[in-house]
Amino acid sequence: MANLNTKTISELSDLLEQGKCTSVEIVNDVLAAIDARDGKINAYLTIDRTSALAQAEAADKARAAGKKGALLGIPLAIKDLLNVKGQPCTCSSKILEGYTAPYDATAIAKLREAGAVFLGRVNMDEFAMGSSTESSAFKKTRNPWNTDHVPGGSSGGSAASVAADEAVAALGSDTGGSIRQPAAFCGCVGLKPTYGMISRYGLTAFASSLDQIGPITKTVEDSAILLEAMAGKDEMDSTSIDLSVPDFAKDLTDDHSLKGMKLGLPKEYFVEGMDSEVEKAVRDAVEHCKKLGAEIVQVSLPHSKYAIAVYYIIATAEASANLARFDGIRYGLRKDGADPIELYGKTRAAGFGPEVKRRIILGTYVLSSGYYDAYYLRAQKVRTLIRNDFVEAFKQCDAILAPVTPTPAYKIGEKTNDPLKMYLDDILTTPVNLAGICGLSVPCGFSKAGLPIGLQILGDSFKEVNILKVGHAYEQTTTWHKQRPEFS
Amino acid sequence: MADSTHMDVSYIAHLARIHLTDGETKLFQGQLDQVLTYVEQLGELDVSNVEPTAHAMALVNVLRDDMPRASLDHDAAIANAPAARDGQILVPKILE
Repeated sequence: MANLNTKTISELSDLLEQGKCTSVEIVNDVLAAIDARDGKINAYLTIDRTSALAQAEAADKARAAGKKGALLGIPLAIKDLLNVKGQPCTCSSKILEGYTAPYDATAIAKLREAGAVFLGRVNMDEFAMGSSTESSAFKKTRNPWNTDHVPGGSSGGSAASVAADEAVAALGSDTGGSIRQPAAFCGCVGLKPTYGMISRYGLTAFASSLDQIGPITKTVEDSAILLEAMAGKDEMDSTSIDLSVPDFAKDLTDDHSLKGMKLGLPKEYFVEGMDSEVEKAVRDAVEHCKKLGAEIVQVSLPHSKYAIAVYYIIATAEASANLARFDGIRYGLRKDGADPIELYGKTRAAGFGPEVKRRIILGTYVLSSGYYDAYYLRAQKVRTLIRNDFVEAFKQCDAILAPVTPTPAYKIGEKTNDPLKMYLDDILTTPVNLAGICGLSVPCGFSKAGLPIGLQILGDSFKEVNILKVGHAYEQTTTWHKQRPEFS
Repeated sequence: MADSTHMDVSYIAHLARIHLTDGETKLFQGQLDQVLTYVEQLGELDVSNVEPTAHAMALVNVLRDDMPRASLDHDAAIANAPAARDGQILVPKILE
């Protein structure tokens, strides 16, 4: 069977179960696709061929011995900030160049137990700080739909690898939109689970009260499969929530009816300056959901416009504390100095790129004496207002429909000199992290220039079931997700 | 909000233990002042009766019995250290 790399997890799982292909064949097809086009796309930082093939062989043997499971023998691309034992974990930063993870993140350990194959590490914005993957210290990842454009970020390598069929599925992380936005830019499905749904143990921390691990996949069903495998309480992460994990994938029915569901449309999410093609694609998707039986209700999220200001105070404050651990002492880069203070300063100067330095400095400032109340405490209070907006909205609806981004993917280099301009693009994704709720990005069209557009589906805390149901019904009754970029 | 939208970048960079070049200091100064001006808008809101949110989910202390158990192997734990000797991480002299 040819081109196994183009298939979904659920398709491959059926083929494996029926004995029509092996995990080794899947891994070989994925490696062939990487060899054919990653020189152009630059999604991967490192590929461990020997280990990937050994893992695939082990999965095939386990299957022959009677082991089953949707992820047994499925190769995954992993964002370079999740620890996989024995593999590099650089966070696309020079400060972690040469670092080898000594342990598995809990999400990785669960996937390993399920028989997934860890094939390689994919590019990202340095320490997940960015929206275009351009802040990576190592390479510029390109959008498979148009290589002059960014893939989005910070999980740009994850989304690009899936869109280019250089991965069956990938893992990313989402602090302010870093899964949903690149998924939208690359025409993939991206899921940011509810805060606490998946253990963050082994996820290199950026902003601990906002970070969540999640999948980037070709279909909603595949995201449901990965979510189910990774979710659950973990004693290594005290913020992970103890609840019984639903059978997310099996709950997706084939009738594709949204009868009885109320979907909210927030007027504040159709912002001024929004690209008209994005707005039309999303409004068409709303109409489509109505045809599937959903009732559309108007909702209001009045504090949305403050989300960027709140986000860039809270996220940078937490980052300034989290990244204090990169000091040149215990791991990573060290630039020697006469005393430890000089060593820290020189190491961090050489190891961090400009965006990371900017954010650490901003975060240090908003936490510093005399400014804490004015910036950090006030931002935390406005965070409460943003969260309350969603609490009120979800009294009126089961899920919320919105765009993911104000525009399709922009050109490489277009926004790198203007950090604030880049930050403002996160206006439609950051409120979700501040509120701790879940969000899904599903392909809903293309611009005239051929760039993908994403539909964002938001659900209340631990109501992944709702957004997966809406996303699956929409996806399975449209054809956007079946379109693939062409490679010359 | 704060009385100023101007940050002393050199001083804050010192607190954050990052040596900046003069060029970086100048560049960040302009960019961060722009960000601080943008976040001024939070001053429009009356938050006097609003509780701050530190986490989206209410956090509670999680306690367990203090029992010894296996952890990362010693060699694995220091394998990534930039300088090590006799199973310990080497650092510059702190006291003369």
